[in-house]
Amino acid sequence: MKQDFPAGEINTILGRSLAITGDDIDTDRIIPARFLKCVSFSALGEQVFADDRTEVKGLHPFDLKENKGAKILIVNDNFGCGSSREHAPQALMRWGIRLIIGESFAEIFFGNCLALGIPCLTSSKLEIKRLQNEVNKNPKLIWEFNLQELAIANNKETFKLQIEEGDKKMLLSGKWDATKQLLQEEERIKETMQRLPYLNNFK
Amino acid sequence: MSSNTLYDKVWNLHRVRKSSAGPSQLFVGLHLIHEVTSPQAFAAIEEKKLKVKFPQLTVATVDHIVPTTTQQRPFLDPLAEEMLSTLERNCSVHEIKLHGIGSENQGVVHVMAPELGLTQPGMTVACGDSHTSTHGAFGAIAFGIGTSQVRDVLASQSLAMKKLKVRRIWIEGELSQGVYAKDLILHIIRTLGVKGGVGFAYEFAGPAIEKLSMEERMTICNMAIEGGARCGYINPDENTYQYLKGRKYAPQGKAWDLAIRWWKSLSSDSNAIFDDEIKLNATTIEPTVTWGITPGQGISIKEKIPYPELLPKNDQQIAKDACSYMNLAPGSPIEGTKIDVCFIGSCTNGRLSDLQEAVKIVEGHQVATGIKAFIVPGSQHVARQAEHLGLDKIFLEAGFEWRQPGCSMCLAMNPDKLDGRQISASSSNRNFKGRQGSANGRTLLMSPAMVAAAAINGKVTDVRKLLKNSKFS
Repeated sequence: MKQDFPAGEINTILGRSLAITGDDIDTDRIIPARFLKCVSFSALGEQVFADDRTEVKGLHPFDLKENKGAKILIVNDNFGCGSSREHAPQALMRWGIRLIIGESFAEIFFGNCLALGIPCLTSSKLEIKRLQNEVNKNPKLIWEFNLQELAIANNKETFKLQIEEGDKKMLLSGKWDATKQLLQEEERIKETMQRLPYLNNFK
Repeated sequence: MSSNTLYDKVWNLHRVRKSSAGPSQLFVGLHLIHEVTSPQAFAAIEEKKLKVKFPQLTVATVDHIVPTTTQQRPFLDPLAEEMLSTLERNCSVHEIKLHGIGSENQGVVHVMAPELGLTQPGMTVACGDSHTSTHGAFGAIAFGIGTSQVRDVLASQSLAMKKLKVRRIWIEGELSQGVYAKDLILHIIRTLGVKGGVGFAYEFAGPAIEKLSMEERMTICNMAIEGGARCGYINPDENTYQYLKGRKYAPQGKAWDLAIRWWKSLSSDSNAIFDDEIKLNATTIEPTVTWGITPGQGISIKEKIPYPELLPKNDQQIAKDACSYMNLAPGSPIEGTKIDVCFIGSCTNGRLSDLQEAVKIVEGHQVATGIKAFIVPGSQHVARQAEHLGLDKIFLEAGFEWRQPGCSMCLAMNPDKLDGRQISASSSNRNFKGRQGSANGRTLLMSPAMVAAAAINGKVTDVRKLLKNSKFS
């Protein structure tokens, strides 16, 4: 099935949510290393959380029937720590995730998500717990995320979220796809190179 | 906000464009690539009809998927062979220097680049691998990136990045005998936590750090990321210059003298301002071993597996998970824990001095019955130097296997894997669930000398007990 991946300006995301609980969930767990033996990311969606899913035999949130098609993932503290493999957010994205909300994120993982147009927003431990409870109680609930307003809401309740202003702007403006902006600075890149001693025989 | 630190100086020099909010554009002086995180980046470049902007500033090797028993082509694993041939094709099409299979320079990217003198003070170094922080040992600002950023660096030699805060970790005293750089960094991560460094670059400084060799410094900076810090560095000094002098890509002749003058100006100034500072003492640190499923779950060899309910509230759940996954009982000593596999190698501890420390423990002993023990040199150069010194023979006589350079069982993207519930003593950097290739395999991180001691006794051992009897002590 052809999927639409994030493109352009990102502001609202509408969909169901699922929760993964636990601190320090590393990228080896999100996508075990054996699945990195690929020259394309295309098959990774099936393999997300592969070992965790095998361990609980069909009862993992990514296997439950009611979570199929969910777009929003609610996690806890230091999610995505460890390896810099972009395969981790790629696997989540190809499974269908378009937004991640958690207590905190590992830095490289956060940046990799941003580069794919997947916003990662944070909230307090208590609020995340409440969100996860809501989601687990009623997986059918439709959530509406609004980046401009830094909020996610169901039909009854609104939760406030956080993201740094610069990251918010990048997503809202569509500039998270950085290549084009970077290439625009050709002159300044040349100037930078001219002032670096190690590129100029240390003169 | 920090100022006049090495990080600030290098950042300012490489900043292409400043942004008031959000990421700045940062120039990358040295871009290292390998077979795992680059193919999709090259595919994107070609799809977008872009070209590699400055191919001479990117250097490639092959490490993650390389089998360590034989490097003969084609590799038995067709997926591994495909990844390698894709890298070869990409480097050839885009005119990038590849130190590939058959090259005397091939090795784990974070071992081979420093030993060739590619990594130098004052550079920005990026690579699609989180352990790129290793190169900070030279006073470079080095960090891991994802594949989209590999694409950006290939296309523009720059990337979008936010400036980090700087925390100085000042280490007083000096390491005792039988205590190594690995123990120090495991101790630091245990103290500051696995996410303590998020948003920070770590500057490692102080008397204990100044005494470390370049290889020991690389072990320290390598694992900065395990403490959440994307980047770790050490101010360059005489050790740094001595290490670099004469290496293949280090400056020569007149440029060398000019380079030294510039490098000396890069160190954090005495009036530098840090966003945060902490002090630790190396003298009291003991051999350290991880017992859990994060690199922050380390204890000294004298300690017992903690009772999760006695830990700080935020650490309790992951400690419970760890006890259950590792099948280690709270209150039992870590010393004496039986192990199945001993692995010495990786970008953390696969350098010559690591093998030299391990051989001191091994010489005159035999690997315990039933233990699989193997040595994977970090690079072809490490292998040749070790063989020149006869270390391979000592390891082989003791019952270790002597392998070819690669990442091996650090992440098990190659035939080297744990089997089932096996438990390893490993000189690598991550003890995550399933990290070493078996979904329920278990990993105890420790120094190479401690791994050697575990191999001899078949269980976790205080290396100092063996050092006492060693002719090297």
